[in-house]
Amino acid sequence: MIKLDKIHKAFGDNQVLRGATLHIPKGESMVIIGGSGTGKSVALKCVLGLVTPDAGTIMVDGQDVTTADRDAFLARFGMLFQGAALFDSLPVWQNVAFRLLRGSLKRPKAEAREIAIEKLRRVGLKADVADRLPAELSGGMQKRVGLARAIAADPEIIFFDEPTTGLDPIMAGVINDLIREIVVEMGATAMTITHDMTSVRAIADRVAMLHDGVIQWTGTVAEMDQTADPYVQQFIHGKADGPIEAVR
Amino acid sequence: MNLVLSPLATVGRKTLGMLAGIGRFIMFLFETISHFFRPPFYVGEFFQALLSIGYFSLPVVGMTALFTGGALALQIYAGGARFNAEAVVPQIVAIGMVRELGPVMVGLMIAARVTSSVAAEIATMRVTEQIDALVTLSTNPMKYLTAPRVLAAVIVVPILVGIGDIIGIAGGFLVSTETLGFNSATYLRNTADFLETTDIVSSLIKGAVFGGIAALMGCYYGMNSGRGAQGVGRATKSSVEAAAVLILAANFALTALLFSA
Repeated sequence: MIKLDKIHKAFGDNQVLRGATLHIPKGESMVIIGGSGTGKSVALKCVLGLVTPDAGTIMVDGQDVTTADRDAFLARFGMLFQGAALFDSLPVWQNVAFRLLRGSLKRPKAEAREIAIEKLRRVGLKADVADRLPAELSGGMQKRVGLARAIAADPEIIFFDEPTTGLDPIMAGVINDLIREIVVEMGATAMTITHDMTSVRAIADRVAMLHDGVIQWTGTVAEMDQTADPYVQQFIHGKADGPIEAVR
Repeated sequence: MNLVLSPLATVGRKTLGMLAGIGRFIMFLFETISHFFRPPFYVGEFFQALLSIGYFSLPVVGMTALFTGGALALQIYAGGARFNAEAVVPQIVAIGMVRELGPVMVGLMIAARVTSSVAAEIATMRVTEQIDALVTLSTNPMKYLTAPRVLAAVIVVPILVGIGDIIGIAGGFLVSTETLGFNSATYLRNTADFLETTDIVSSLIKGAVFGGIAALMGCYYGMNSGRGAQGVGRATKSSVEAAAVLILAANFALTALLFSA
């Protein structure tokens, strides 16, 4: 469904992606792992069109993302940002229903609110949260609202950018379980980037290891534990010694 | 040879950088204007901007204009006394407030209050990925954030300037009648007789231009903010500096254009 072919991207002299190639089949949950600053977020933003690759092609359902109708293309996506990226000035329900209150998916206000409250319930939040402002919520609650917003328009493809960063282990577990449940329940194709191995085991059907601007390895979670690939072994066991330099 | 070429290369790089910056800003300006005419229109955002730029700026605009008008009356009276022209206080206060001080003071107050808050808000949205979130939610940030604010400022700042002009003249009136011994009816008649429609129209035109500059600078620097708290701080500072300088420069250009005949 999503194909990245030889993606290159540099910011000034910093060559972040050096020919990253990856295929995510429909309905699969792919988790991209890799150290900080290895280009995981850049790869994800390239697919969404937030960053334009210097070279290479990205196809979604056989269509080049650079030539696709932007609105129709983005309407198929949901995204949970690392810091939730909720709009400070809007109450929670309007954040969740943002896409349903404007543009091609616009619904009547009452219906949009109802859907927002239903999605909030789906991520374990009560209806009384709906009228609060994002700043009044804890980090874990903000992540849940971000997740509710990502799934509000029932997207076919959902991206998760470091979904458990900044959360305590229990809340991280709750978010991981929610992501897994929602992806399975909706039958969505998911792409998650993380360096949290607990998230990887909870969320992934397949894992891809990004290092030095290219995908070094791909396989299932079971294969990840068995592989002799030195990059994967060093990363999943958090060793300081190995082919990945500890100081980047 | 390098000693000769190195400074030239630096000048060349700086010049190219400056021209690229001007080019980026002009493209930003035209893109903003194009969104005034292309749907979808975010009416709620527009009315919210009208309220925050217009209504909530009234206290600071009113106080600034009141004290400026009062001080102007005192200055004209004291200065005019040197050549027995104290009687021209109503006329000079009116013309000074309406043609120059009203629009410029309101413009600078809007730069301080609105440009800074718009730049800080949008820059924070940039830093916290809210702008990226808008894009993923099929919403053009220029259309949603920039166009409503700039359009609202162009519409509402002339109204603020008009109110500022009236309050400024009132400040001069209060000082003149209460402390300088002017007759209130004569003062008002002199003010009304002396002011021309062109003075008022030019004041409102200046207000529209200054409002546009103030909002545009806040949006431009906010959208192009650097990372982290330092990026937000720098965007805010640069936006206010740029808005203030451009407002004063535009004031000179408009004064030359409107009153040169």
